Amino acid sequence: MVDIAERPRLAATAAATAATDAAPRLPRRLLGLGGRVLHRTAALLTLALVWETAPRLGLVDRVFLPPLSEVLLGWTALLRSGQLAEHVGASLTRSLTGLGLAVLTAIPLGLLIGWYRPLAELLSPLLEVFRNTAALALLPVFVLILGLGETSKIALVLYACSWPILLNTIAGVKGVDPLLIRSARSMGLNHLRLFQKVILPAAVPTIFTGVRLAGAYSILVLVAAEMVGAKAGLGYLINYAQYNFAIPDMYAGIITISAIGLVVNQLLVAVERRFSTWRVDVSAS
Amino acid sequence: MSTNKILFDRVSKTFPVRASRRSQAGAVTALDRVTLGVRDGEFLVVVGPSGCGKSTLLDLLGGLSKPSGGQVLVDGEAVVGPGLDRGIVFQQYALLPWRTAAGNVAFGLEAKGVPRAERADLVAYHLELVGLSGFADRHPHELSGGMKQRVAIARSLAYDPDILLMDEPFAALDAQTRDSLQDELVRIWQATGKTIVFITHGIDEAVHLGQRVAVMTSRPGRIKQVIDIDLGDRAVEDVRSTDAFRHHRHQIWTLLRDEVRAAQSAERPAAPAPAPGRSRRWARYGTSTVGRTAGTGPDGGRIPAVPGADADRAAPAVARHEEARVG
Ligand SMILES: Nc1ncnc2c1ncn2[C@@H]1O[C@H](COP(=O)(O)OP(=O)(O)OP(=O)(O)O)[C@@H](O)[C@H]1O
Ligand SMILES: [Mg+2]
Repeated sequence: MVDIAERPRLAATAAATAATDAAPRLPRRLLGLGGRVLHRTAALLTLALVWETAPRLGLVDRVFLPPLSEVLLGWTALLRSGQLAEHVGASLTRSLTGLGLAVLTAIPLGLLIGWYRPLAELLSPLLEVFRNTAALALLPVFVLILGLGETSKIALVLYACSWPILLNTIAGVKGVDPLLIRSARSMGLNHLRLFQKVILPAAVPTIFTGVRLAGAYSILVLVAAEMVGAKAGLGYLINYAQYNFAIPDMYAGIITISAIGLVVNQLLVAVERRFSTWRVDVSAS
Repeated sequence: MSTNKILFDRVSKTFPVRASRRSQAGAVTALDRVTLGVRDGEFLVVVGPSGCGKSTLLDLLGGLSKPSGGQVLVDGEAVVGPGLDRGIVFQQYALLPWRTAAGNVAFGLEAKGVPRAERADLVAYHLELVGLSGFADRHPHELSGGMKQRVAIARSLAYDPDILLMDEPFAALDAQTRDSLQDELVRIWQATGKTIVFITHGIDEAVHLGQRVAVMTSRPGRIKQVIDIDLGDRAVEDVRSTDAFRHHRHQIWTLLRDEVRAAQSAERPAAPAPAPGRSRRWARYGTSTVGRTAGTGPDGGRIPAVPGADADRAAPAVARHEEARVG
C-alpha cells in the first residue's frame, strides 16, 4: 500500500505533461517519464517503508506514530465519509480566494511601485517594515479585528501572499534591461506603450516566480490559521484529531496537506514555464 | 548649410558628476561645441578614442538626451526627442528576448502604427534583405551574435527611417562575421540611399565603410578632422590591400595616436576622473571591451589603447538601475 505516497507525484507529473503539450512524441516521453518517476520517488518510497516498519518493530511508539497503512486506512475512511472532501474544500476555497485576491491587488500595485519612482520612495520604508513582520504574528490582530470567521482567514492568506508577489513584481519591473528601454524609446514609444510592450513582458517571469512562492505560502499560513477557531478545513482537522487522540486522522490530514502543496506548486511551476520559455531556455543553456 | 541632412551646430554636452570619495561633485564635458554636417544619403563614420563622446553624439542625434548647448538639426529642424525618422542600431542588439526574430522586426512597425496586414510582408521582406528568411520564428537566444545584429538592422530598416544611427554595431562580432556584415551594410546602403552615421573603434572598418570619416579628439570631444575617403574603384578584389586604403588608414591612425597620447597625459596625474558607475553609458559595454586593447601598430587597424580606459568600463551592474525608469 505505498500507492498513496505516489499519488501526489503522479498527479503532479500528469499535470506537468498536460501543460507542456508536444503530442507527437508522447509514447517515448511517457516511457522516459516512467523511469524518471521511479527515480524521483525512490526517496519517498523509502520514507513510506520506514514509516510502515518502524512503529511495527517498536522503534517508535505506535500510538504517536502509527504505521503508514493504518494512517492510510484512516485516510480512506475520511474520504468515504465525505469529511475529507469537506475539509479540503474549505481549505482550498480559503487559500485560493486569498491567493487570487493577492494576485489581483499585488501585481498592479507592484507594477505601479516599480515603475513610478516617487511612489517607491514613499512606500519602501513601509514595505520593509511589513515584509519583515511574520504573517502568523499578525494572526491575533486579524482575528481581533475581523473576527473568527472566513474573513480573517482569507485576509491572512491575502496578506501573506501579497509580499512575494509584490516584491517580485517590483523587482521584475526594475530589472528590465535599460538597453531595451532605450531601444524602445528610440522608436518613439510613449510611456504607456513602453510599459505594455517592454516592461510588462520582461517582468512576467519574475512576477510568476512571486505567484508560485505565494501559492506555497497560501497553504502554509492557512493551515496555521485554521487551527484557531475554525469549524472546517485541514488545519482544523489536524488540530481536532490530535485533540481527540485520533492520531491516524491527524496524519491523514498532514499527508493531504503535503499532497495539495505539491500539486499546487507543480501546477504553478508548469504555468510559470509556459510564460517564460524565452528565459528558461537561456538559463538552461 | 541647408544642404545638410544632419547638422550638429556647436553642440555641447556636460554630465553632472556626483561627489565621490576621490573627486568632488562637478561636471564632465563630454562634447565641446561640436560642429559637423552630414549630407543626405551619406555614409559618415565617426572614430575617436574611447570616452571621447561618440555615443553621446549619437544619443543627441537620436533624441535620447538633450544638448547642454547648441542644437542638433535634422532636415533643418531641431531634434526635440526620439522619432521614427531616425533608427538606432545598438552594439548590444537590444532585441526583445521574448519575441521571435519576426516579432522583433515587427516591433518598430507596431510603434509606427503600420496596420497588421501590411506588417507581415514588410517583416518578411526585411528578414530576407538581411539573409534571415529561414529564422523568422527563432528567439534571440537561438541566434548567433551576427544573426542578432542582422535582426536589429532589419528592425531599424523595416520602419524605414531616413537616417540610420549605428553605435559600434559590429564590435562584438568575430572578424569574418564583421566583414560579411560590413559588405551587407554597404549593399543595403547603396540600395536604400539612407543617410548612415556609423560609430566604430576600428580604423579599417572606418576606411572600408565611410565616404567620410570624422575623427574626434579625446575628451572633451570635438571634431578634429573630417577625412574624405577615396578608394577609387571599390570593386577591387581586396580593397584593404590597395595603396589608397593604406594611405587613409595611416592618416587616421596618426590623427588618433596624437589624441590617445593627449588622453594619456591628461588622465595620468588626475587618476580616474569620472565617478565609476555613474555613467549610464557604461552599462551597455558590460562585457565587450574586445578590441579596445588590441594591436597598436598601424597594421593592427585598431585605435591605440589608452591605459586605464578599460578599467573605467568595468561597469557595475548597479549602474543599470539608474536608467530602469524613464518616467
Ligand atoms: N550619463 C552620464 N553621466 C556622466 N558621464 C557620462 C554619462 N554618459 C557619458 N558620460 C561621460 O561622457 C564621456 C563620453 O562618453 P561616451 O559614452 O559618449 O564615449 P564614447 O566615445 O562612446 O566611448 P566608447 O568609444 O568607449 O564607447 C565619457 O567620459 C563618460 O564618462
Ligand atoms: Mg560609445
